[in-house]
Amino acid sequence: MEYIGLEPGRLHFSWISSSEAGEFKNKATEVVEAVRALGPAKRLVKDIRPEEAGAREAR
Amino acid sequence: MQELTQKIRESAKRLLQEGQVDCVLGYRKGTVPMQERPFFAYTPEDADQLVWSRFCVNNLANFLIGRQDRVAVVAQGCVSRNIVGLIQEKQITREQVYVLGLHSPGMVDRGKVQALFPDRVIHSVEEDGEELIVNGPDFSERIKVRDVKRDNCYTCTHRNAVIYDEQIGDPGEESGGGNIDKVSAPWEKLSPEERWERFEETFKDCIRCYACRDVCPLCYCNQCFVDENQPQWCGKTVEETDVQTFHILRAFHCAGRCTDCGACESACPVGIKMRRLTSKLEKDIRELYDYSPGLDLESTPPLSVYRPDDPEPFASG
Repeated sequence: MEYIGLEPGRLHFSWISSSEAGEFKNKATEVVEAVRALGPAKRLVKDIRPEEAGAREAR
Repeated sequence: MQELTQKIRESAKRLLQEGQVDCVLGYRKGTVPMQERPFFAYTPEDADQLVWSRFCVNNLANFLIGRQDRVAVVAQGCVSRNIVGLIQEKQITREQVYVLGLHSPGMVDRGKVQALFPDRVIHSVEEDGEELIVNGPDFSERIKVRDVKRDNCYTCTHRNAVIYDEQIGDPGEESGGGNIDKVSAPWEKLSPEERWERFEETFKDCIRCYACRDVCPLCYCNQCFVDENQPQWCGKTVEETDVQTFHILRAFHCAGRCTDCGACESACPVGIKMRRLTSKLEKDIRELYDYSPGLDLESTPPLSVYRPDDPEPFASG
C-alpha cells in the first residue's frame, strides 16, 4: 500500500497472540497515536456528498 | 509464422483424428487486424482455422479452467506457466491437458502500432520476419517489430514453454532482451506524494469493464469480490476511490501467481498499465521468497503455505 502512495504509518500490521493483552493495548495506542499524527486520511477516501456542498474542496 | 501455423494445424488434426484429445485450443484470425481470437477446434476441419502470429495476446490457460474434457492447448512460455499454476491450484489436471509448446516470438501491442498511424485506418498487418507491413486504404508501410512489442514481452524471462507434450517448431532464446529489474515497480524510488500522483494518473481512465479480470487466468472465483454485495467489499461506481480499490485488490490477488503474461494490458480498452502494480508484487515475491510463479510442477507457491521462517518485513513487530 505504501508503494501506491499511502502515507507511511497510515497502515499497520502486527502479529499479537490472543493471550497478549498488554501487547495488544500498547500496539493499539501506538497505532492511534501514529495515525493521529498524520491527520485525516485524504487518499482512498470516498466522498459521496454532492460537489456543490464543497465536498471536493477538501481534496 | 506460416510454417508454425502449418505445424500447429498438422498436430491438431493428428490429435483430433487419433482421438487423443476432445478439442484443440488455439488462436484463429480475428475479425479486426492485430487481434487473433481464442478458438476451440473440435474437428480436423476446424483445425484449419488455427493460426500462430505475433498477435496471439490472449492467455489460453484462462479457457482451461473448469473443463472436464481432454484439451490440447497451444502454449508459449507465459501460457505454459499459467497452465502449471492452474495445475498447482487444482483447477485442471496434468493428464487432461496436452501442451503444444511454442517459442514466443514476442507479441505485438496493437495500441503501439495504431499510435504510429494516428487517425488512419489500418486494414491489415502482415508479418515479415522482424518487420510488420501495415496496410491501410491508401498506404503500406514497414515498421520494426521491436518498436511495437508489448512491454511485458521485452522483459520476458521464459519464452519457451516450461512444460509441453509436444514441441512445435524449435525452442529459442529464453529472454526477451530487457531487464525486468530496470522497469518493474516503477514507483519505488518516488516519494509518497509522487507515488500517489502516478497511481491516480495510471487508473483515472478505468471504466470498470473488468476485461483485465476476465482475461486473467488467475481470476477464476465463482463470485468475484467486486460482484459481491453482501458484504459489498468494493463500491461499484467509477468514482476514483472505487476504481482504485478494485485495482489494488485485483493486483494483490495476483501476488505470487502472476506470470506477467500481459493479457490484462492487452485487453484493456483504454490502455491502462496494470503492470505498474503487478510488477511490484512479482518483484517482492521474487526477492522475499526467491520464487517465480509457474516454472515447475514440483515447487509450492509461497503464499499457499505457512513456514515459521516466512519473511515479515511488513509487520511492525
